[in-house]
Amino acid sequence: MMNFDYVRPASVADAIAAGSEKGASYLASGTNLLDLMKGGVSRPSRLVDVTRLPGLDRIEHLADGSLRIGALVRNADLAHDADFARNYPAVAEALLSGASAQLRNAATVGGNLMQRTRCAYFYDAGSACNRRWPGAGCDALKGENRLHAVLGWSEGCIATHPSDFCVPLVAFDAVVEIEGKSGRRELPLEALHCLPGDAPERETALERGDLIVALRLPAAAKNFAGHARYVKVRERTSYAFAVVSAAASLRIEDGRIREARLALGGVAAKPWRAREAEQVLTGAAPDVAVYREAARAALAEAKPSGDNAFKIELAQRIMVRALTLAARGTPDRIPALPGSPFSSVAGA
Amino acid sequence: MTVELSLTRDPAHIRHGSNIGQPMTRTDGVLKVTGKARYAADNHPAGMVYAVIATSCIARGRVTSLDVAAAKRHPGVIDVMTPAHKPQLAEDPDAKGNPFAFRMELLQSDEVRYANQAIAVVIAETLEAATEGAALLSPRYQVEIARVGLDAGEAYAPPVVGIGNPAEVRHGDIDAGMAAASKLTDATYETPAQYHNAMEPHAIVAVWDGDRLFIDTPSQGMGFAQMRVAGLFGIPPANIHINSPFLGGGFGSKGLISGPQVLGIMAAKLIGRPVKLVLRRSQMYGPVGHRPPTRQRIRIGTDDAGVLAVINHEARVTTSSFDDFYEPAADASHTLYASPAIRTAHEAVRVDTGTPLFMRAPGEATGSIVLESAIDEAAFACGIDPLEFRLKNYAEVEPTTGKPFSSKALRQCYAKAAECFGWAGRPLQPRQMRDENGFLVGWGMGTATFPAIMFQGNARAVIRADGKGVMETGAHDMGQGAWTALAQISADSLGLDFDQLTFRSGSSDLPDAGIAGGSGHTATVGAAIHNAGAAVIAKLAELATSDERSPLFGAGNAGVVARAGRLHRRDDDTRSESYAEILARAGLAEVDATGSGAADAAAQSQYAMHAHGAVFAEVKVDPELGQIRATRMVGAFAAGRIINPLLVESQLRGGMIWGLSFALHEEAVMDKRSGRILNANLAEYHVPVNADVPPMEVITVDEHDPHVNPLGIKGVGEIGITGSAGAVANAVFHATGIRVRNFPIKIEEIVMGLG
Repeated sequence: MMNFDYVRPASVADAIAAGSEKGASYLASGTNLLDLMKGGVSRPSRLVDVTRLPGLDRIEHLADGSLRIGALVRNADLAHDADFARNYPAVAEALLSGASAQLRNAATVGGNLMQRTRCAYFYDAGSACNRRWPGAGCDALKGENRLHAVLGWSEGCIATHPSDFCVPLVAFDAVVEIEGKSGRRELPLEALHCLPGDAPERETALERGDLIVALRLPAAAKNFAGHARYVKVRERTSYAFAVVSAAASLRIEDGRIREARLALGGVAAKPWRAREAEQVLTGAAPDVAVYREAARAALAEAKPSGDNAFKIELAQRIMVRALTLAARGTPDRIPALPGSPFSSVAGA
Repeated sequence: MTVELSLTRDPAHIRHGSNIGQPMTRTDGVLKVTGKARYAADNHPAGMVYAVIATSCIARGRVTSLDVAAAKRHPGVIDVMTPAHKPQLAEDPDAKGNPFAFRMELLQSDEVRYANQAIAVVIAETLEAATEGAALLSPRYQVEIARVGLDAGEAYAPPVVGIGNPAEVRHGDIDAGMAAASKLTDATYETPAQYHNAMEPHAIVAVWDGDRLFIDTPSQGMGFAQMRVAGLFGIPPANIHINSPFLGGGFGSKGLISGPQVLGIMAAKLIGRPVKLVLRRSQMYGPVGHRPPTRQRIRIGTDDAGVLAVINHEARVTTSSFDDFYEPAADASHTLYASPAIRTAHEAVRVDTGTPLFMRAPGEATGSIVLESAIDEAAFACGIDPLEFRLKNYAEVEPTTGKPFSSKALRQCYAKAAECFGWAGRPLQPRQMRDENGFLVGWGMGTATFPAIMFQGNARAVIRADGKGVMETGAHDMGQGAWTALAQISADSLGLDFDQLTFRSGSSDLPDAGIAGGSGHTATVGAAIHNAGAAVIAKLAELATSDERSPLFGAGNAGVVARAGRLHRRDDDTRSESYAEILARAGLAEVDATGSGAADAAAQSQYAMHAHGAVFAEVKVDPELGQIRATRMVGAFAAGRIINPLLVESQLRGGMIWGLSFALHEEAVMDKRSGRILNANLAEYHVPVNADVPPMEVITVDEHDPHVNPLGIKGVGEIGITGSAGAVANAVFHATGIRVRNFPIKIEEIVMGLG
């Protein structure tokens, strides 16, 4: 492996100073970054280990009813926090459907937000990739792309964002707290990840030195706890990224959907909030016909980027499924096969 | 440096008398779970340095430059081995000395034959320095267009398939069979490239001492490796000492020593220090063999009642541009079904990959999933239950040769597995069953078969003055428990309780045990052990029965029997003498004898020898989302004598899981333009995780085979894949009505097919 500097700052301010230097990269648990370094895809000259920064590993209930999750909270710890799972069951289910138990024990909330695409051409240093090397071209475009994006892609990049966690988060208007050279700022999670456009190398809205320190779920997210599900289709039951996934949350009163929150995963370079579909549902009675109409609206702009037209159909069906399950009510406990279509099967 | 296993165990585990047949846990299990089992890469001889391979990122062309200077400047880098700077070899690595000598890339030129091929080796004081040195080589290439996939070029008829099988086999009159068939299934299937992906990567620690070579490396065939390395380096095979006590899986990829392992030996020679070389996961996708993709057209003709008239099974396979290995996929149709006319034929296309090689059930796995799927199609076309169809066409003799089977308990396998599964009452039509949650439910089945093969192996048995025994054989344990099964046979062969035996194995300094492959290792080495044990007991008996001071005097060699460390007169059990007493009186420290095992050519010419089995699978399919989940599997297998039921069940279960993987998960994805493998890692090369593996029942059916070998062993290493893959695929059809003919079955085929 290449030689690199390793620093372990004692404070957020020191971290930002160290992380602002050219070639620096923040290191949390490294579940993604270390693989990228071993594969020669990332070659940071300095790793700034943020795992010992004080105060970033807490889950805090704020006075305004929102929840503040420190960037260093482990995925598994968050998902298994009883309060969290009760108030945000779709988020917990998404977390538990991701990666493997070992990875979830290591991975952090902030790191999950910052994980890179799993596009094979991005990982393969021998292939052309505009994200890795601006202007190099995109070998995925006419390559093996059955799992690539159907929404928001460009000729320059058809990669998808792999996170499960981010899908319900974006549906719930999660906010990212960032510390940077010019102090603290906030960004809606929806604005964190960039669509590729003509600059696929710009993956997030972060500037050099920016460090995610926390994630906030607004108070309103709790209103959906009774009708919230995450459904994920994947090529094996665990340790596989989504082919397509959907988070659906409903606030149902008097037999009507008062509010809906919907997002799709595995379809675009960012977790995809489906606002058009939410509009279709608002005020309607929960019914499969309206779910289908909503799903059509969500995918209206979709187009295949390769051998992946099926994902447009599948995304609609999974959205209908997620809505159907959400309307039925959140289960008492998170299923043993989280996110799986088979989560309701006996023994699962 | 022979590893010796102490077989001292909790006395509760020892059942006195017969050791064979006991479900003993692995003798090396505690070593493994406590980290004390030393695998090849765990060795660190004094002065050892690290070698890292730099691999090609193109699939075809030449390396035009390597920045050796940049690599050498990196702190810790000792040397860079390249085509221009390497030790002289005594033999061309592209020479073909025997059918098991496959060409390997040992930096003999700047040519690139496939992606991930070794193009240089960086040697450094640390693994990190060597790794970075390899990255700093920044190779430049002259790229040629890669040939990728089954349509990459002109197909040709290979000279042979597998190891020496004819590329085309005809039995009966194919044209007449086609003409006679009133129902014809004509289907074309594809299977993907697969890579072995043993948990333990290929690794070597090489130490030269003058013209003697000591290597720690995982091997399924130390004798073959010795010969190959001896030829390449121009030293006698006896000068090469291979230590290979434990393997973290092999699946065929460690049957022959691979190019990267030899590069480690070359690196040690180049710099005159011990060298360790371990492949990275991605580097295993190229130089160590793989299962090639296949396209198989199969035509099955029957009469209206479902009686077979013809099976015509044609397979196209890929092989490398520079060597010849042809997956014998169509040969799977030779033995199972009693068709009056059977044709199997192969054609091949050359592509820019490493040479495909043996991968667990080579030919049988790829052929079985297609044959069993097509049989399911044929049964469905006739409106007959798939089990009934198979029974109707049950082969009483081997169809293509007319030979009787040495034993064949397949009917019992069908019956037991079907009963355990609850097959009766299965609707013929697909898409008829749903569970309480609305998921589509399907039931499928497949027949399993694998030939009972033997190689050549040897063992040496010793009875020591203390009456205890030693068995030595250079056998291989890939992790499946061969240490234990062979030790059980050893104890019985010496008439000793299990804890009275020292079992030595896993070193080339011991008697050559042949190759651990073809599911034939236990049969081969077991026979050698059996014969060595019998021979040493005969020597003891000779000592005793010819000594007038012995209570056994005059009984004659056949007049005594060995049991629990004593010889007894057959005609008077009370007259006996312990091994220790016999040796003490003779004044001997020990007595020893050797034995060998090999196939009996006369029996082979007379009988067809195969293991058989029946596998039943249930899947559930989400009717809208198309996600498939296997929910139950039952397999019953007849494989001759079962030495250790616990280990055998685990082998069969592992095979069945691989069958599930074949049907639903496993595939190497290759970029059609570059020839680069895009999922050369365990995150994206999908095999089933625990949560994908359903409850499984494994049943072994008693089978006494007096012909196959002295112990009646048929082998269980590979059969579990066959039948299982087809059973799962057929269950998917039964659940959905969609017949997917490209494996693995992908979600889009189901989603778009369900409508």
